[in-house]
Amino acid sequence: MKVAKHWRETPERYRLEAGKCKKCGHINFPGRLICPECGTKEFETIRLSGKGKLETFTIIQTAPPGFADLAPYAVGIVELEEGVKILAQITDCNPNDLKIGDTLVTKFRRINEEGKTGMIMYGYKFVPDFGL
Amino acid sequence: MRDIAVIGIGMMKWGELWEKSIRDLAVEASLNCLADAGIDRVDTISIGCMSGGIFNGQEHLASMIPDYLGMKNTPAMRVESACASGGLAVRTAFLEIASGMSDYALAVGVEKMTDVSGGEATDGLATAADQDYEAFNGINFPGLYALMAKAHMHRYGTTREQMADVAVKNHRNGNLNPLAQFPGLMTREQVMNSVMVADPLRLMDCSPITDGAAAVLLTTVEEAKRLKKHPLVVISGIGLASDTIQLCQRKDILKCPAIELAGQKALKMAGKTIRDINFAEIHDCFTISEIMIMEELGIVERGQGGPATSAGHTALDGKFPINTSGGLKSKGHPVGATGVAQIYEVVTQLRGTAGKRQLKNAKVGMTQNMGGSGGSCVIHILEAKS
Repeated sequence: MKVAKHWRETPERYRLEAGKCKKCGHINFPGRLICPECGTKEFETIRLSGKGKLETFTIIQTAPPGFADLAPYAVGIVELEEGVKILAQITDCNPNDLKIGDTLVTKFRRINEEGKTGMIMYGYKFVPDFGL
Repeated sequence: MRDIAVIGIGMMKWGELWEKSIRDLAVEASLNCLADAGIDRVDTISIGCMSGGIFNGQEHLASMIPDYLGMKNTPAMRVESACASGGLAVRTAFLEIASGMSDYALAVGVEKMTDVSGGEATDGLATAADQDYEAFNGINFPGLYALMAKAHMHRYGTTREQMADVAVKNHRNGNLNPLAQFPGLMTREQVMNSVMVADPLRLMDCSPITDGAAAVLLTTVEEAKRLKKHPLVVISGIGLASDTIQLCQRKDILKCPAIELAGQKALKMAGKTIRDINFAEIHDCFTISEIMIMEELGIVERGQGGPATSAGHTALDGKFPINTSGGLKSKGHPVGATGVAQIYEVVTQLRGTAGKRQLKNAKVGMTQNMGGSGGSCVIHILEAKS
């Protein structure tokens, strides 16, 4: 894939930018052109806190190509304080210690490397909230 | 809208079919279907295939399949909705006839998945998820369904044993299906001790990678009555719905509105409730899927899918038999073919030709075929009319 395929997602992946609907306040991550809740096409760009509660998670043993070296690793869905749910890996912890309801925060991390081009892709992963 | 009947069905034994190409599979199932119907020409062909491009480097099936079927120049289209492509092909054929555009419509579903490695096939399947926000973060379908399984266990107390019992039951049914890829019997312990793929799902919770095809031929009820080759089977209800592509964007990840909405539409069209349905083929891509789908369709209350399975309610001799064919788990899951093969099984049961797995009172059956983590769903209701 070309760099642009990933470059265009930079606002979301690097800065957790989301689109807050100017009419109903619904927050879309990633942003959309039309609000799925009210149909409005005007949004305010906001940055998500990245902090929330773990809704569910899994520990991947058989990983997709490009992630095999990481396995076993945890992936979870976290409901952020703003009410938005996002999916990401959970790192910097023993995945066996994770529990539904844990408080997690996002950190900027290396996600993967594109095999053919060697392009390194960055994004967010969750880590336990150490209160730092 | 005209009333629709299924007058022909065709399949082959599914598996790792090294000697057969995507075109061989689609043509063989179609020829079997046409022979079953006693028809040699159709007005239109709809082809359900998730990705000939990824799995075989071959697109443009709307040209290739009619060509190799000896029907070049026939109007054809390929339709895609990930693992629901087959059900969508049947719906497309239905609309052709219902609208009066065609009198005979062939729907063929096909997927040839072993031209690439198992890892590449799983990666190809992952294109049915959001590439930029799900697959990008290192998750594939076993992982996405594991997220649902974990949440289901946490909220409803569904157990590992109950999930294993879905696989055990479906292999027991598949054992009686001569076309199943993995007809071998399986114990609860074998499922629970198989290799962990994505906690809590193990290898034997997952449907396999399969080569296969299935075809059905539709026409008007009027025409079917004139032909009289088989007991009359009609499609009395159809429902199609879509939902968010990302699992995490569902308000409740244990609810799948696409299934509920497609089910309601199909039942309303057929003038029935779920209590009028005798049996169903549902999309058990993972053991947890079968549990969640039966709850979503209202076959059981929420949280009761696991207990109902372990109590035997969904077995061949249960109150509501599910996946009499062996389901995706035992029969196999060549993704684009699955939705068509579900119709094949329900028609076989309604005709009374299912052999050792024949149900005693099969009058009204349902098929439920879905794409991705529930981003699309197609449901059909079929009835035997004497």
